[in-house]
Amino acid sequence: MTTVTPTTADVLSEDPRRRPPLVTGEATLGRVTDDVCAIVERPRPPRAWYAAFALSVSLTGLFFGMLGYLIATGVGVWGNNSPVGWGWPIVNFVFWVGIGHAGTLISAILFLTRQGWRTSINRFAEAMTIFAVACAGIFPAVHVGRVWLAYWLLPVPNQMQMWPNFKSPLLWDVFAVGTYATVSLLFWYMGLIPDLATLRDRAKGTLRRVAYGFFALGWTGSARQWHRYEKAYLLLAGLATPLVLSVHSVVSFDFAVSQVPGWHTTIFPPYFVAGAVFSGFAMVVTLMVPARRFFGLGDLVTLRHLETMNKVILAMSLMVGFAYGTELFIAWYGGNPYERFAFLNRALGPFAWAYWVMVVCNVLVPQLFWSRRIRTSPAAMVAVCVLVNVGMWFERFVITVTSLSRDFLPSSWQHFRPTAVDVLTFLGSFGLFFTLFLLFCRFLPMVAMAEVKAGLPGAQPRHVDGGEAAHG
Amino acid sequence: MASARGTKLGLVGAFASADELVAATRSVRAAGFRRFDAFSPYPVHGIDEAMGTRPTVLPWLVLGAGVAGLAGALALQLWTNGVDYPFVTSGKPAWGLPAYVPVAFEVVILAGAVTAFVGMLALNGLPRWANPVLGAKAVQAASSTGFAVAIEAADPAFDEARARAVLAGAGASGVEAFHAPPRAPFPRPLVYGAWIALALALVPPALIVAKRAGVSRLPRVHLVRDMDRQPKRGAQAESPFFDDGRAARLPVAGTVAVGELRADAGFETGRADGDWLSRPPLEIDRALLDRGRERYAIHCAVCHGADGRGRGPVAIRAEALREPAWVPPSDLQSEHARGLADGELYDVVRNGVRNMAGYGDQLAARDRWAVVAYLRALQRSQNATSEDLPPGVTPFSR
Repeated sequence: MTTVTPTTADVLSEDPRRRPPLVTGEATLGRVTDDVCAIVERPRPPRAWYAAFALSVSLTGLFFGMLGYLIATGVGVWGNNSPVGWGWPIVNFVFWVGIGHAGTLISAILFLTRQGWRTSINRFAEAMTIFAVACAGIFPAVHVGRVWLAYWLLPVPNQMQMWPNFKSPLLWDVFAVGTYATVSLLFWYMGLIPDLATLRDRAKGTLRRVAYGFFALGWTGSARQWHRYEKAYLLLAGLATPLVLSVHSVVSFDFAVSQVPGWHTTIFPPYFVAGAVFSGFAMVVTLMVPARRFFGLGDLVTLRHLETMNKVILAMSLMVGFAYGTELFIAWYGGNPYERFAFLNRALGPFAWAYWVMVVCNVLVPQLFWSRRIRTSPAAMVAVCVLVNVGMWFERFVITVTSLSRDFLPSSWQHFRPTAVDVLTFLGSFGLFFTLFLLFCRFLPMVAMAEVKAGLPGAQPRHVDGGEAAHG
Repeated sequence: MASARGTKLGLVGAFASADELVAATRSVRAAGFRRFDAFSPYPVHGIDEAMGTRPTVLPWLVLGAGVAGLAGALALQLWTNGVDYPFVTSGKPAWGLPAYVPVAFEVVILAGAVTAFVGMLALNGLPRWANPVLGAKAVQAASSTGFAVAIEAADPAFDEARARAVLAGAGASGVEAFHAPPRAPFPRPLVYGAWIALALALVPPALIVAKRAGVSRLPRVHLVRDMDRQPKRGAQAESPFFDDGRAARLPVAGTVAVGELRADAGFETGRADGDWLSRPPLEIDRALLDRGRERYAIHCAVCHGADGRGRGPVAIRAEALREPAWVPPSDLQSEHARGLADGELYDVVRNGVRNMAGYGDQLAARDRWAVVAYLRALQRSQNATSEDLPPGVTPFSR
C-alpha cells in the first residue's frame, strides 16, 4: 500500500485535473483503524464529554418528567386549544423528523451517486438520523392524548371491531415514519457490523469482547460475506432512496390533504423534503465540528467534507427560499381570498415576527456560504447552521400555527400561546437527542472504518480502476 | 497444544495487501481447493471473480418480499376499509385505490429492506457467535489491517502439506492452523434457567387462550380507567367541605324553579282549609273530559277496567293465576266510591291508597282533575235511571 500524506491544502484544492484526496495525514489501514477505535478504547472520554453528558442527561430527565406530567394530567398542560389543536407537539415532530433526513440521504442517495466523500460522515449522520427520529416519534405519540391507546393507530383487531382509516394522511404518516425508523436503524446497524467486528478483535477485556462480539453477530469479513453484504447494502440504498423522499412528502400530506388555507397546496411535498435535507445537513455540521475537534477526527473528516456539506446547505436554502416565494406568488395569482389572507397574515399578522425569523435564518443567513472563507471556517459554519435550524423550527411553527389560528371562521380565531410545559418538553427532547448521541460517540465507531478503508488510495487491487469510489 | 484445542479444521495464511490476497485466492482455487475463503478489512474488488463466487440470490429474495409486501398491504387496506368496516370519506368509494398507495409503498420498502438485512445475515450464516476460524490470529487481524486466506480441512482436496505449500507459494507471510474449540459441556444452570424461562413464557399466552375460550360475567378489565374514575361527588355522597357534610347542594330556601310555582293549595292537594273539595277547582268542559278519558285509559283502566268496576286485564290475570298477595282493585262504581268527595278522589289519584300507588309523578295536577271529572261522568253513566233522561225522551224497553 502506498503511503501518501495529503494536507488540508490538498483536500481543499479546486484543481479540476486531479481528484482531491478524501482524507488527510498518513492514509493507511492501521491509521484509520487506530484513529477511530482509539476514541472508543480510551479509558476515559475527554472532559468536555462529561460536561455535555451531564447536561444532556439532566435535560432528558426534564423531558421524561414533562411527558410524565402530561400523561398523568392530560393535554390541557399544553397551549393547544381550539382552533390550534396541533401546536408545539406537531411543530416539534416535523422539526425532528426533518432533521432525521440527512442520515439516510447521505447513506443512500450519495451512495447510489458514488459520492466517495460520504464514507467519512455517513455513520455519524445515520446515528443522528435515528436519534432524531426517536425524538420525533415521541411527539405525535403523546399528542394523541391518551397514550395508552396509541396502538389504535395500528391495524390490529380490537374489541371495538373497527379498523384504522387508511384514507387518512395521519395513518400514512404512521407507516411512513415507522418504516423510516426501521429502515434507518437496519441501514445503520448493517454498516456497524464490520466495525463492531474490528472492535471485538481488538478488544483487550472480556466484557468488551463479549459485548462487541454479541452485536458483531460473528462477522468474519470473509470475501463471501462481503459479497452478500455489498449486495444487501446496494439494495438497502436503492430502497432507502425513494423512502427518504417519501417520508417528508407523507408528513407534508398531513397538512396538504386538509382544506385549511395555507396548507392546501401541492408544493408541500418537495418543499418539505428540501427543508428536511436543509435542516438535517445543518444539524450534521453542527454536531460534526465539535465532535471532530474533541475526538481528533480532523484527518478523516476534513474541511472539504464540511465544505461540501455547506454547499448542499446553500443549495437547499435556495430551494427553500424559492418555495417561500412560490407560495406567496400562488397566493396572489391563485385568486383565492382565503389563501391570500393566510399568506398576508403570515407575513404581516400577529406571528409576523416568526415569519421573518424564518425568512432571515433560512434564506438570508445561508447566503454567507457563497464565501469560501465562511464555508471553511468551523466556527462560522456552526453559527450559520444553528441559525438554519432555528429558522427551520420557525418554518414549521409558522405553517402549523398561523394557519390554524386564523381558519375560515373569524369567530373561532384564537391567538396561540405555548405554556412552560411546551417549552420545557421541547428543550428536554434535545437532552434525549444529545444523550443518545454522546453515548454513540463514546461506545461506537463514529466513522465507518471499513468504508473509508475501501476508498483509501491503493486499497483496491491495481487492476481494478476507480478504487477511490470503491465502496461509495 | 493442538490436542487441547480439538480437531484441526484448516490452515490460514496471512497476506500483506489486497493485491496479494486476490492473487493468493486465484492460486488456491487453481490448486483445486473449493472450501476456502479470503478475509479482508473491507470488500476487495475483483476477488469474487478470482474466487469464483457465484452471484447471490439476495436480490430475488428482496424482489419477492417487495411483491408480497405490495399484495399484503393492498389486501389489508382493501379488506379492512372496503369490506370488513367500509369507511366512506368525502363520498369516495370504499375501494379507494389512490388513497391506499402511500401505505402500500411504505410496506413494500419495509418488507424489502428487512429481507435485504435478514437475508444477508441468513445467507452468511449469521449470527454465529462461535466460529473456529476467528481463533486464527491472521483472521482476527483481517478485521483491522490484515489480509488472510483460509483453507478448510473439510475440503475433499485438503492435504495439509500441499495446502501449506500453496499458501506459502502465494506469498503468505505466515501460515497457521485453526482448531475446533475444546468441547465444553453447556453450563447446567443455564439449561435449567432456560427451561424455567420457557415455562414462565408460556403463562401469558395460556392465560390469553383461557380468557378467549372461556366466558366471563365480570366487566372488562380497564388498566387505565380513563373516565371511569372522576373527581366529582355523586348525588348522595359525603363531603367534608360543606358544613352539613353533604356533597349535594340544596336550593336556597324559598327558591321556586321556573314553572314550578304551586300557589293554589286546593288545586294541588284537593283539600282546602282541612276539608276535601267537593268539586274540581277548574272549569269542566268537553276538552277536559276527553283528556280525562285518555289518561284514565292509560293509567287506571288496566286495573279498574274501562267501566271502573275493578275488572281490568291485570285484575283478571291476577285472579286466574291465584296470586296470593293480590288485593283486588276497588270497584269505582260502588256506593262508597261514588260517595267520596272529588278532592278525596283527587288525593287517591295523586298519593295512592292501600295497595294502589300514587300517580302524582305520572299525572300533572290538571290531568288528575281531568281523571276525577271523567270518573264522575263514568259513574253517572253506569248508574243512570230514567229520571236522568232529558225531558221528552222515552226510555227504551226490552
